Amino acid sequence: MAKVKYIAGKEPHAKEHRMIFKNVDREGWDVSLKTYEKEGGYKQLAKALKMEPKAVQDEVKAAGLRGRGGAGFPTGVKWGFVPPNNTKPVYLICNADESEPGTFKDRYIIHQDPHQLIEGLIISAYAVGAHLAYIYIREEFPEGAKILEAAIEEARKKKYIGKNVLGSGFELEVYVHRGAGAYICGEETGLIESLEGKRPYPRIKPPYFPAAMGLYLCPTIVNNVESLCHVKHIIDMGATAYGKLGTPRNTGTRILCVSGDVQRPGYYEIQVGKVTMGELINDMCGGMKKGRKLKAVIPGGSSSKILRADEKFTLKKGDKDVVIGLKDIPMDFDSLMACGSMAGSGGVIVLDDSRAISWVLNNLNTFYAHESCGQCTPCREGSAWMKKITDRIVSGNASPEDVDTLESVAYNIDGKTICAFGEACSWPTEAMVAKFRDELIGDTDGKNANRPVSKETQQAAKNLKTLNT
Amino acid sequence: MSDDKKQDAPAVPMVNVQIDGEWHQFPKGTRMIEACRQVQVEVPHYCYHPKLSSPGNCRMCLVEMGMPPRLAPGAEPELDENGRQKIGWMPRPVIACANTVAENMGIRTDSELTKACREGVMEFLLVNHPLDCPICDQAGECSLQEHSAEHGHGESRFRDEKNKKPKNVNIGPRIRLDDERCIMCSRCIRFCDETVDDPVLGFTDRGSHTVLTVHPNQQLANDYSMNTVDICPVGALTSNDFRFQMRTWFMKETKSICTSCGRGCNTTIGSREGTIFRQTPRDNNDVNSAWMCDHGRMNYHYVNSEARLTDPMIRENGEEAHRVVSWSKAIRFAADELLKFNASEVAVIASARMTNEELFMTRRLIADLSVEQVDVVTRRGKGDDYLVTADKNPNTAGAKLVLGLKKPGGELDAIREGIESGKIKALVVLQENLIDDADFTSELLGKLDFLLTTYPLANPTADDSHVVLPAATFAEKDGTMINVTGRLQRLNKVHQGPGQTMEVWEICRDLIMAIGGGNGIYSANDVFKEMAGEIKQFEGLTLAGVGEQGLPLLKTRNTVPMLEREKERIAKGEIVG
Ligand SMILES: Cc1cc2nc3c(=O)[nH]c(=O)nc-3n(C[C@H](O)[C@H](O)[C@H](O)COP(=O)(O)O)c2cc1C
Ligand code: SF4
Ligand code: SF4
Ligand code: SF4
Ligand code: FES
Repeated sequence: MAKVKYIAGKEPHAKEHRMIFKNVDREGWDVSLKTYEKEGGYKQLAKALKMEPKAVQDEVKAAGLRGRGGAGFPTGVKWGFVPPNNTKPVYLICNADESEPGTFKDRYIIHQDPHQLIEGLIISAYAVGAHLAYIYIREEFPEGAKILEAAIEEARKKKYIGKNVLGSGFELEVYVHRGAGAYICGEETGLIESLEGKRPYPRIKPPYFPAAMGLYLCPTIVNNVESLCHVKHIIDMGATAYGKLGTPRNTGTRILCVSGDVQRPGYYEIQVGKVTMGELINDMCGGMKKGRKLKAVIPGGSSSKILRADEKFTLKKGDKDVVIGLKDIPMDFDSLMACGSMAGSGGVIVLDDSRAISWVLNNLNTFYAHESCGQCTPCREGSAWMKKITDRIVSGNASPEDVDTLESVAYNIDGKTICAFGEACSWPTEAMVAKFRDELIGDTDGKNANRPVSKETQQAAKNLKTLNT
Repeated sequence: MSDDKKQDAPAVPMVNVQIDGEWHQFPKGTRMIEACRQVQVEVPHYCYHPKLSSPGNCRMCLVEMGMPPRLAPGAEPELDENGRQKIGWMPRPVIACANTVAENMGIRTDSELTKACREGVMEFLLVNHPLDCPICDQAGECSLQEHSAEHGHGESRFRDEKNKKPKNVNIGPRIRLDDERCIMCSRCIRFCDETVDDPVLGFTDRGSHTVLTVHPNQQLANDYSMNTVDICPVGALTSNDFRFQMRTWFMKETKSICTSCGRGCNTTIGSREGTIFRQTPRDNNDVNSAWMCDHGRMNYHYVNSEARLTDPMIRENGEEAHRVVSWSKAIRFAADELLKFNASEVAVIASARMTNEELFMTRRLIADLSVEQVDVVTRRGKGDDYLVTADKNPNTAGAKLVLGLKKPGGELDAIREGIESGKIKALVVLQENLIDDADFTSELLGKLDFLLTTYPLANPTADDSHVVLPAATFAEKDGTMINVTGRLQRLNKVHQGPGQTMEVWEICRDLIMAIGGGNGIYSANDVFKEMAGEIKQFEGLTLAGVGEQGLPLLKTRNTVPMLEREKERIAKGEIVG
């Protein structure tokens, strides 16, 4: 293959391994089918169609692909959850709702390389036995929806989609569905409800595990945009070769989206686990802004637990425990998990010493209070309560006890809700209070404990004053 | 009938479940919350309702759960002192409302984890809840009050502003909404969507700003709307009818049935000192599930009406107006009048709104007078696909059985003609208003030499009568009725009717005695005994034996649409039932 040339100023960093993003910012590249086919596009589809669906599934399982949407669940294993004696239609849904703060990767695939996604999607649909696939795209990506619709139309004309895909007898229809404009639409069961035309209220699991009872209560596989793209490359390379990318149990590449206080924020595709946090921040992103020091990193989207710059982590290396610092953490699923956080959606948010943790936490709490769907009690009331408390910390109206209350509110949400939003909104508070308690308390004032805050207590205080004078 | 069903059902395998340390057996598929209830362990809950789907949104029913650990191949299970596999407790609590029991499952409703969950949820629910209890109709029967006393903190840690939401919202002709009190359990929404196919309610906005609302240009106006007030665990939905009328804890509750149609929905009547304040449905899985229609529910106001007849009255020959007399005078006068006629000159029109006991004493009176022309007034209207029947009389089956009527209403034409032709000279009308409800005219009734009416309210037929006797309403008597499916059900007396009112069986008994017949009947219970001795279908039964849930008496082919639907949903596992 000819050497890929990138638009000047947008060349990948030397430590990157461009596979999914191979065509992002590529010189002379466009979204047309013609361009895509020139580079061997849809050849992997033809290859997959010659395999048994089960064999495609096995290949994906053997490749060790883990979901790129947030939870990192093995994709092939998930596909295997469709009940064996199923007689209902099976649906495949591509989760293109990308709305985890700090995450901006799926949009580039959609905007610049839509056919890669569509090819991955068709292969995956074939593997799971779906004849109808939906791409549920974030409402705020109107351009992306148009691009996808045009690409699907082109693919249909070429018989990559339709009644008889490439003459194989496999039938597939693909629809683009514009999302309802809420973060919770990205949670897979909320997404399914939304696709059914309802409010995106996540469903209880059990019984509503999508692979068994998903869209219209039929078996449904929900996969992230990036995950589906990987499927195409697994078919291309074969499971063994793909599995050599990255590190064991953390195979392939993944796109890290770096934002915050670094010199060069942006997207970086790396082999999973082959780059450390330090390399990412200092080499690839050009280090911290001038005169600033690294304070902390939120490593996997806003919901992941914050890691302090001076924290020590214990990782297992074979049988041995090794103690490492933040900069030595390999950017992979298992290592970040072992450090008490997660790789999540790949959104790496870097904070320098100019950032007050109270402000950071309040920013996130404001987001989660705004985005809680409101269905279940702990998340609905807790997320808003946490925001109200951090509002007061930021404005200097909180007392030290408020920090304790804040922390206990988070733990009263965590693990007690319908969907993982409960964890998503409580983990930032749990981790920031645990790791920056002194700083947060420093923003409070003991005198505030006796200050009336709500209108009711203000009124009561006023009444008491009149009584006493 | 329900016994047959049990035999038909395929045997459900039983599973062993440990609840708070004790082992029990439950059919597989039992919801955890129901398993606990069966062994008298209450799991607090808000959103769960056995007749509705389970969204699991309130999180009040969280409990600690465990299963025996999955064994490695060849490994021996670790056993506890009961010889059962040791339970591995899960760190995450689960909701008891939507999860079902499994073999060797453990449930802890009294552990630290469970208690912490309940405290947490209670605190969250109160964070934005207004301090409305002193002015809230729900106070006294509010789940939020109950559970916060039992599972709450006692002290609020919330120092911030509570959210402001719409209050006193008119969402339908009979219902008012207070959004600040709503705990977003979605019971009302699910009831409208699933049970009565009227999806007019929904949530808008997000997070803690979520508000319950009616959809644009819609109203919560269906004939079952007031059931939402009953199932609302808090005072967010209140009934315009009951709002601010009476504190719940002052009311006496009487179990009875609705008499506004042939369904006979089971009810609880709330009253205080001779006034009824509300009727609410009472669960009966063979009649009305947990619901009743708004029309039936509201149809009690006439009991409290100013227009009630309170004293016996007579109008002797030539008198212009009625005058109040004593019961003994009225009965004596009526008996003497009736005895003046040949049996063929007398007709009796009774009512299918009367109890079996009242009908039975009517039957005795008819026999003693040898009257042949007997009928009741029929009432047909529109039924629906849920509970309401087309038959608006509550006891048509009883009237047929007890009075031996082949075709209720079939004699009315003949009676009208008989009066017209002068063949019928005396008419006894029990609990009917012939002019308003049965196409009789004042002119026609004027041809009679003697007309006697019993009725609870003043009415044109009573105006034309020579004897007017004040009678008890459904709420003021004991007795039984048979509904359209053939089920025998009890009415229970809430209180004595106003003034001198009597129950119709008493009036008939007194008339029989005055005519010269037998006695020995002092209560509805006595009447029932006589009836059991005389009418085959009642053989072996007692009034007490009818019980709070009634019993199947007559075989009919009628089914209850609402119950059929629920059965389907139970079979699909959508609801518990
Ligand atoms: C609150 C919440 C928001 C989510 N948002 C997204 C999202 O925007 N995009 C996405 O792919 N997955 C999102 N997820 C994860 C999905 O539920 C689901 O796990 C994922 O789409 C599965 O795809 P994967 O297995 O390919 O990762 C979200 C999860 C939660 C709990
Ligand atoms: S956890 Fe939050 S977002 Fe998820 S269902 Fe409950 S209220 Fe909605
Ligand atoms: S109004 Fe009542 S029943 Fe309806 S959601 Fe609110 S609390 Fe639940
Ligand atoms: S359905 Fe009939 S019996 Fe039931 S409440 Fe309505 S009127 Fe009364
Ligand atoms: S009762 Fe509401 S979640 Fe179980």
